[in-house]
Amino acid sequence: MKTTYRSAVHDAIADAMRADERVVLLGEDVGRYGGTYAASKGLLAEFGPERVRDTPLSELGFVGIGIGAAVGGLRPIVEVMTVNFSLLALDQIVNTAAALRHMSGGQFSVPLVVRMATGAGRQLAAQHSHSLENWYAHIPGITVLAPVTVADAYGMLRTALTHPDPVMVFEHVALYNTASDIEALVPTDITGAAVRRTGEDVTLISYGGCVPKALDAAEELARDGISCEVIDLRVLRPLDDGTILESVRKTHRVVVVDEGWHTGSLAGEISARIVEQAFYELDAPIARVCTAEVPIPYAKHLEQAALPQPGKIVAAARGLFGAGRAGTNEG
Amino acid sequence: MTDPELARALLTDMIRVRRMEEKCAELYSAGKIRGFLHLYVGEEAVATGSLRALGSGDAVVATYREHAHALLRGVPMTTIMAEMFGKQEGCSGGRGGSMHLFDAGRRFYGGNAIVAGGLPLAAGLAFADAQLNRKRLTACYFGEGAIAEGAFHESMNMAELWQLPVLFCCENNRYAMGTAIDRELSQVDLVAKAESYRVPAASADGMDVLDCHRVMKQAVEHSRTEGGPFFIEFRTYRFRPHSMFDPELYREKAEVATWRERDPIRLFTETSIAEGLLTDDDIAAMELSAAAEITEAVAYAEAGTLESVDTLGRHVTTPVGAENLR
Repeated sequence: MKTTYRSAVHDAIADAMRADERVVLLGEDVGRYGGTYAASKGLLAEFGPERVRDTPLSELGFVGIGIGAAVGGLRPIVEVMTVNFSLLALDQIVNTAAALRHMSGGQFSVPLVVRMATGAGRQLAAQHSHSLENWYAHIPGITVLAPVTVADAYGMLRTALTHPDPVMVFEHVALYNTASDIEALVPTDITGAAVRRTGEDVTLISYGGCVPKALDAAEELARDGISCEVIDLRVLRPLDDGTILESVRKTHRVVVVDEGWHTGSLAGEISARIVEQAFYELDAPIARVCTAEVPIPYAKHLEQAALPQPGKIVAAARGLFGAGRAGTNEG
Repeated sequence: MTDPELARALLTDMIRVRRMEEKCAELYSAGKIRGFLHLYVGEEAVATGSLRALGSGDAVVATYREHAHALLRGVPMTTIMAEMFGKQEGCSGGRGGSMHLFDAGRRFYGGNAIVAGGLPLAAGLAFADAQLNRKRLTACYFGEGAIAEGAFHESMNMAELWQLPVLFCCENNRYAMGTAIDRELSQVDLVAKAESYRVPAASADGMDVLDCHRVMKQAVEHSRTEGGPFFIEFRTYRFRPHSMFDPELYREKAEVATWRERDPIRLFTETSIAEGLLTDDDIAAMELSAAAEITEAVAYAEAGTLESVDTLGRHVTTPVGAENLR
């Protein structure tokens, strides 16, 4: 039977709430409405309004309350509707959640999980579609997750709820309806990247909503005889350098695919790490496929043109092979 | 009227705070304390009177002008001073400094230097207590400048909506740094403002330690019995500049002088002596004791050690197996 990403998120929350009285869910329309992306449908009926708490439109306030509640002994899950709205709570996340442990000399842990939808592709335009994961990945003190598979949608959220420090979970909007056959959902690792496809010639490094696109590109490149390894970063902070470098040492060519804008992107950070640690392993410059430097437009064709697409990834990968050698796996 | 023991305790504490703060100013000028330093001179009655109304299990969240609150919640002056010296024996291990004093064991949650940043934190602590059926309160201190921040409104709204046991203690010293209250708030009646959220509210004379104590007791009583939040405006005044960098261009010397006539320590000393609660000898003994405490604190801070830079990366995340949830 198929399980969707959406229901995996739902089940992770429900199972965590059943297993631990301290787990509470806070957020805009998580209760009666059932969640903007329907991830919390039915939870109010099972757990009641004390534990499934509809909040006012006060991102700064309710994320901050989540922080205090975490310090006070609860295990709050705070749902923020989209990453764009999370900017209203950025102060509490950066200045309190991420800093509290350090500025108190290690006296307090903040076991808070903040979940939010991220990414474009649904024609929601410039205030509901951005990918700002890298902003959070910049901040010491927080862990940043981007589950892609249905197994991880469940498993990483469960594990995040056992983590002693703040965890930000980014759920790409294009993934909620994806589904796969899974017998049993279980907690999964939140420390490392995963190789989703093994290959020999090029490493495609990606996260979130771009991973399926990278896999599609790998499929197409395979038809040309280019064998791609596809890395799903899973954890955006701290980055798993080991998995990245191991692959680079094998393939010697890299395309980083990132739905953030080029400038200041995670793709830039990953490129720098590769150059710092494996420069002499590279047979070609690192290529980046990122979002065009525009706020996400509404019109469908423009939105799609702004985003990384399998075709752009294919072109970038081909470009790493010298003229006349594209399509071979030599050199 | 006043219990002599209470009078003794209140005056002792106000003197401890005043002398500690004066010593901090001196140590700042001597280069021993660096960074930003915000002193509480003039406002002592507020923390002294109000904190004495709390129980030992209650939590306190304060601002960057929090030396007094830390001290009066029982954080030793030695570790406060060591923190300001940047020593690892400090109450935040030298990672926080003057603006970030913390003490988990005493439920002292800082030391928050984003204006109004402590309010959601306090509401969240109260939320956890309510959720876990723990009968305790969280007192959150902030200046009137915080009232212009969204965090104030969001926290007040949710605290009332969800009946969170949090005491919003507004130390209205009339200036948000250099901006006078009537230049930054359209509504300067702070009690009316709190009541607009249906949060029960009262004002206290922040220069009168007994009034601060009395009003805070009412608030504590209310939140313990009825549940839910309470807002208290303590009308006070800071005698010294905002921080050590402030040339005080925004207020008249005459205004400061007028407020100094209502110095909370002098007022309470005079009343206590007039009413026969305390004698000159008592007060001399308090001064001596405060001086000794400060001497010890400074010696402790001087003797403190600097953390090795080898451990710079500590305390960013919780070490595996060392989860210390409170």
